[in-house]
Amino acid sequence: MTQHDNLVELSRVRFLRGDRPIFDGIDLNVAAGSVTAFLGPSGTGKTTLLRLISGQLRPASGSVRVDGQEVPQLRRKALYALRRQMGMLFQSGALLTDYNVFENIAFPLREHTDLPESLIRHLVLMKLELVGLRGARALMPDELSGGMARRVALARALALDPAMIMYDEPFVGLDPISKGMIVRLVRLVNDALGLTSIVVTHDLEDVLQVADYCYLISQGKVMAHGTPEALRADDSPWVRQFMRGEPDGPVQFHYPASTYAEDLLGERR
Amino acid sequence: MKLPIGLQHGVLAGLLAGIGSATIFLLRVLRSLPLVALRPGLVVRQVYLVGVLSLVIIMISGLFVGMVLALQGYNNLVRFGAEESLGVIVALSLMRELGPVVAALLFAGRSGSAVAAEIGLMKATDQLSAMEMMAVDPIHRVVGPRFLAGLISLPLLVAIFTTLGIFGGYVIGVQLLGVDAGSYWGQIESAASFREDVLSGIIKSIVFGLLISWIAVFQGYTATATAEGVSRATTQTVVISSLAVLALDFVLTGLMFSGD
Repeated sequence: MTQHDNLVELSRVRFLRGDRPIFDGIDLNVAAGSVTAFLGPSGTGKTTLLRLISGQLRPASGSVRVDGQEVPQLRRKALYALRRQMGMLFQSGALLTDYNVFENIAFPLREHTDLPESLIRHLVLMKLELVGLRGARALMPDELSGGMARRVALARALALDPAMIMYDEPFVGLDPISKGMIVRLVRLVNDALGLTSIVVTHDLEDVLQVADYCYLISQGKVMAHGTPEALRADDSPWVRQFMRGEPDGPVQFHYPASTYAEDLLGERR
Repeated sequence: MKLPIGLQHGVLAGLLAGIGSATIFLLRVLRSLPLVALRPGLVVRQVYLVGVLSLVIIMISGLFVGMVLALQGYNNLVRFGAEESLGVIVALSLMRELGPVVAALLFAGRSGSAVAAEIGLMKATDQLSAMEMMAVDPIHRVVGPRFLAGLISLPLLVAIFTTLGIFGGYVIGVQLLGVDAGSYWGQIESAASFREDVLSGIIKSIVFGLLISWIAVFQGYTATATAEGVSRATTQTVVISSLAVLALDFVLTGLMFSGD
């Protein structure tokens, strides 16, 4: 991996859920070695974007290339080989609830390698040390706080030394200290391990601290993209509304509906 | 694919689509079995969870079913002076029908529901997606071992159920009601044929094991990823398995004993 300038390239991607288009011809690139953020209001399909990149979903049309490979066309074996190069951090952590912290991180190593137990122990402890949870290795997932579960999931995502890591809403529902730790880890892990990182979030302030490049996505399109500084300086109404968190603007507070008077006086539905 | 007019939104179309996707799923699971067999540790753990932990309910039920059969059988047979045939009545009823069917119904309730709930919950909490992202196929790692364990466990549980049932019949018939022990065992030995009675029970138990395991893993794997979805998958597993076992038992009995 990483011989291409862009590790991930999406071009003219259309994706439908039922008849409703989630993405309508979206284009974006993720430069190798960067931390790239996909930002946008809730419900714009940011997580769907990660699932398209990882091949869990297929687009209706368009091209999704990861490391030069056309993901939707890969057969299961090739797709799994590619996924070994990708780590993904789920919003919930998605730890295996029957295994303790140590076994969760050892899981991908045991599944994909024949390493001796002593080496697996070293690797697991190394990953746990990186996320600061070496002392928590015997805990079960239900004994972890939200922030700890996400750090364990990060250690697990790093277990196979991937070239790229995808974070799905890593900052949601965390207290300021845990959030600060995750923000720090995103940058640290990216730089220390030479990874490419994609962070999907609607948490603006946190991600602007760590991202090298941002895409603002809404209504199935890329509304704006650029470095955090460029976006802060952008004067278009949509970007301004999103960056400043204004409740009304191009993105309306009200879900599309008939007039209120019509609803009150018309037939009951 | 465009379905003919009238079938597009009908119950029948839904049913056909359901059976179709369940069959494709079964083929995927069956294809994974050679790889699953290479990891016996995973299968043994599941045999413990679905089989060994079902032993208590299967043994107690088997014993009581045999005891009731003996009581009912004796009361009727004694009117014709044929109480010596009690062993045959108890043994044949258990081997041919009650063993496989009652054990399968209990297995669906005890283990099928547990498997569906477990897989459904793993899906709802993104554990299956996480495995896919770690390039681990959940069909190999999660579904296959549970399916194979069900297939191995039910025939063994049926054998235990039937054996304890015959023993329960002996306790009531011989020890309590005074049927001659030699007649009880002797008549079973002379009247029960391996091919017709024992083998038919074994075949039924294997078919039911496959059916319940299939329904349970399919319901769990395709459950809607919500609390209600998992609860529906669990209920559906028990309801569909029970009906399928009873219906298929009728078909199998018709096929196997039509020449009698």
